[in-house]
Amino acid sequence: MTVCITKIGIAEVRAERDPAVLVTLGLGSCVGVCLYDRSKKIIGMAHIMLPSSIEIKNNSNKAKFADTAIEMLIDEMLELGANRSLITAKIAGGAQMFNFKSANDLMRIGERNIEAVKRELKRHRVKIVAQDVGGNYGRTIEFYSENGMLSVKTIGHGIRVI
Amino acid sequence: MNYENMSSMQMDVLKELGNIGAGNAVTALSKMMGKKVTMEVPRVHVLEFTKASEILGGAEAEVTGIYFRMEGDISGNIMFLLPVDSSRALLNMIMGGLMDTGEFGEMDLSALEEVGNILAGSYISSLSTMTGMDIKISVPALAMDMAGAVLSVPIIQFGRMGDSVLLIETHFFEGNTHVKGNFLLIPDVESFANLMKKLGVS
Repeated sequence: MTVCITKIGIAEVRAERDPAVLVTLGLGSCVGVCLYDRSKKIIGMAHIMLPSSIEIKNNSNKAKFADTAIEMLIDEMLELGANRSLITAKIAGGAQMFNFKSANDLMRIGERNIEAVKRELKRHRVKIVAQDVGGNYGRTIEFYSENGMLSVKTIGHGIRVI
Repeated sequence: MNYENMSSMQMDVLKELGNIGAGNAVTALSKMMGKKVTMEVPRVHVLEFTKASEILGGAEAEVTGIYFRMEGDISGNIMFLLPVDSSRALLNMIMGGLMDTGEFGEMDLSALEEVGNILAGSYISSLSTMTGMDIKISVPALAMDMAGAVLSVPIIQFGRMGDSVLLIETHFFEGNTHVKGNFLLIPDVESFANLMKKLGVS
């Protein structure tokens, strides 16, 4: 059986049935949300850019924002037959790539994205089972439907599997 | 206002701005090094942000990003982006050393920051002269990492106003050395209309 590897770009949301691998290359201040239903082996990934669609006027692209993208992703997984109560989450990203002395809100965007993602997952009663967030470096993530493993690769900060 | 529904007139103005800005930046670099630096006519791209990193060799390609905050009559951000091999070429140009593969040291990073500072500074001063606006830039911040990750910061800021980014691609040469650099100009949402108005294309 061939495994379909799908790249998830910035502000994209995608759910797949087993066998599938979802990949995001070079995740920086954005947050990769990886959802998994172990019983059906259905996986989903969202590449989230901004914390909230309510703060922004131009909010037609629902996949950009933590509040709307997570809802969208859960709905897509349910359509594929996932069981809502069995969905768990792994999250990665939310780095602060540049170190400015005056840390205004725009510079703290990674941290704000992490907070928003955690809040939204909690609102949907999805438990976070593993995370690799923060820091000041980029990450490439690969999420496997076979076992729900998430591999996190970096430049100069090693490889982890969570 | 966003880049997708910009008129061709506004686009031409931004291209010209990119051209003049990059021209001044290269002149400044040339003066600093005491060597002749030439450049190609910059290419201005408006890209969907998912495609922005392809210009830099893909989301996982290692790049240097030097980032500045603009304040004053317009506010926003400026980023100067170099692929890692161009970063080495640029350091070799300035320091006259031979750096092929080794790790970048503190000194190298600080030299790159300084070059970024000169380039962005001259870019901003041409923008400031053309528009009669008072614009200042912050001290630089540098990151060397995957293109996607480095770009995520300006892309998130663009993302507040639309789904595409404005990228000015410049190539410059000194002798046999070729440096590929990219400027990202990111006015804050409120400043974009103001900038266009000052340039006479509201």
